[in-house]
Amino acid sequence: MWRYMGRKLGIYAITFVIAVTINWMIPRFMPGDPVRSMLNRASVSDPEALERMTNYYNEVFGLETPLHQQYFSFWSGLFRGELGISSMQYPEPVLDIILRAVPYTLGLLLPAIILSWILGNHFGAFAARSKGLDNSLLPFSYILTATPYMWLALLMAWAVGVVGGFLPTSGGYSLALMPAFSWEFILSALTHWVLPFLSLFIVALGGWAIGMRNMIIYELEADYSNYLQALGAPRRLIRRYAFRNAMLPQITGLAVQLGTVIAGALLTEIVFNYPGLGSLILRALNNNDYFVLQGTFLFVIIGVLIANFIIDIIYVLVDPRTRVQMTGGAS
Amino acid sequence: MTLRVKDLKVYYQTLRGDVHALDGVNFELADGEIMGLAGESGCGKSTLGKSLIRLDSRMRHVDGTIELDGENVPIADDRGMNRFRYHEISLIPQYAMSALNPTRKIGRMINELLQSRGVKPSEVAEELKRRLELVGLDPDVLNRFPIELSGGMKQRVVMVMATLLNPSVLIADEATSALDVSTQRSVVESMVEFRDRGFVKSMIFVTHDISLVYQMADTVMVMYAGRIAEKAPASTIINSPQHPYTKMLIGALPEVGSTVETRLEGIPGTPPGLLKPPTGCRFKARCPIASEECSQVPPLVEIEPGHWAACWKTGR
Repeated sequence: MWRYMGRKLGIYAITFVIAVTINWMIPRFMPGDPVRSMLNRASVSDPEALERMTNYYNEVFGLETPLHQQYFSFWSGLFRGELGISSMQYPEPVLDIILRAVPYTLGLLLPAIILSWILGNHFGAFAARSKGLDNSLLPFSYILTATPYMWLALLMAWAVGVVGGFLPTSGGYSLALMPAFSWEFILSALTHWVLPFLSLFIVALGGWAIGMRNMIIYELEADYSNYLQALGAPRRLIRRYAFRNAMLPQITGLAVQLGTVIAGALLTEIVFNYPGLGSLILRALNNNDYFVLQGTFLFVIIGVLIANFIIDIIYVLVDPRTRVQMTGGAS
Repeated sequence: MTLRVKDLKVYYQTLRGDVHALDGVNFELADGEIMGLAGESGCGKSTLGKSLIRLDSRMRHVDGTIELDGENVPIADDRGMNRFRYHEISLIPQYAMSALNPTRKIGRMINELLQSRGVKPSEVAEELKRRLELVGLDPDVLNRFPIELSGGMKQRVVMVMATLLNPSVLIADEATSALDVSTQRSVVESMVEFRDRGFVKSMIFVTHDISLVYQMADTVMVMYAGRIAEKAPASTIINSPQHPYTKMLIGALPEVGSTVETRLEGIPGTPPGLLKPPTGCRFKARCPIASEECSQVPPLVEIEPGHWAACWKTGR
């Protein structure tokens, strides 16, 4: 058990190092110069002043040192919790900017992923119950899962927000408020949260329902289901077994989904101008802000790795077969 | 009399029409009888085994009745059959290796099955342990997952589980086909012992391995193309078969230790398709002694006490 965990941790550590390295490389080999773009905004016309300011900023951001030195100072900064200073919101530290955005992304993603997973699985299992349900619910699920996140988001923003006017379609909270722990703010944040949440939730729901329905049908055709039926076991018992066994691949699916859903969240956040990591990535890209980009990607990497590790552990707990293989039982 | 099957017809529904897998099967199974059911692939022996406990969705009961201990067994009525399943009629399936839920401990799964069939697990717990020991298993297997057991062990667990409620009839469908010869032998011996101890009243042992059947069975029934060719005590079937098909089937068996250098004879030709079965005797196309009268269906007649055959040439 512990050896298995140790090996897993080792693999995750290697993945982390490689991911961070790539993460460091990408913005540096991207065309565009952040200092130049910052200075362009300041519209300095005096060439001497421009020269001096360029040198100053290069030094502040550590861009004048050779690449390998930048790489090592990036790692050492990482362990001190320093992610550098933002160039677009100079002189705010990157960490502060990111930490302000993280709660919005997590608050949007976690409920959307987990609720759609739980409900989708039950929905799929329910659909596999009878032909009639299956024939009516399945096409609906296919449409849902084929719908692009952002397209549904646009549609909902237009229908509910613009035409209906029920819910706000932009921002994470009312612009009239400052983030604070008050009822007024929480209520405002909630109403702004509903539409982006629904657009993510509904699309994911269809995919999970289809997966579960297929797995359940497969399990109900399995030998042990047949045998239990031959021995007259009630459908309830057979369904319970089938549901449990069909959940196992769905748990793996959840781990895979966690990585890809970030991209979906990015577009959703942009559509709703939601102040999470997705919008932050877009803004950082537009402003060539290396440090914010690196920082957000770093958070995404850490998030995906942690989520996958948790699911690895859960999988070991729920599937006896992996446990047996680890302890080396006779096959 | 334990089991009486009369004129049983079960067809498979396919897009091209009905496959006549069982076309008028008649036989009786006495108390305490172990009957081997033999024949080539596709002769309907597995279908017969399944028909007695649960028809799958493609199978259709067309005609005929089954009586168990004087009571009608409603095989076409899936719900009505539940009363008989496990309690009266039980099964060791062809797929015994994968018949257990892979994510449940074996003991827990058995308990859940018992509970769902209205039996308190605590009432049979002692018996369960005793029977596991009887087939040479440590009762500790109940705390293990199926993946931790070898094929032979799973086979024996399924055997103990299937017979736990002392059914009247046990159907063993190719139960030993996936095992090696020595494991086969011990499983077969345990089955005979289960019968001797009264755990099961009688048994139908479906197999294509006639030599194995000869070791354990009291009687052997040979099927051909959805019908019964011959049924007789095991020694009679091996030593003096009457139906030409049985004769050729026995002739195709190798003999261990035989030093005579003769080539084994196969049976020329292939069994007829059952989508549109031939009229008359179904073996006539491959039969060396077929004649005109074989265009009529030969009835299954008792040519001597306990020996039935369906051929115009026998019993005269």
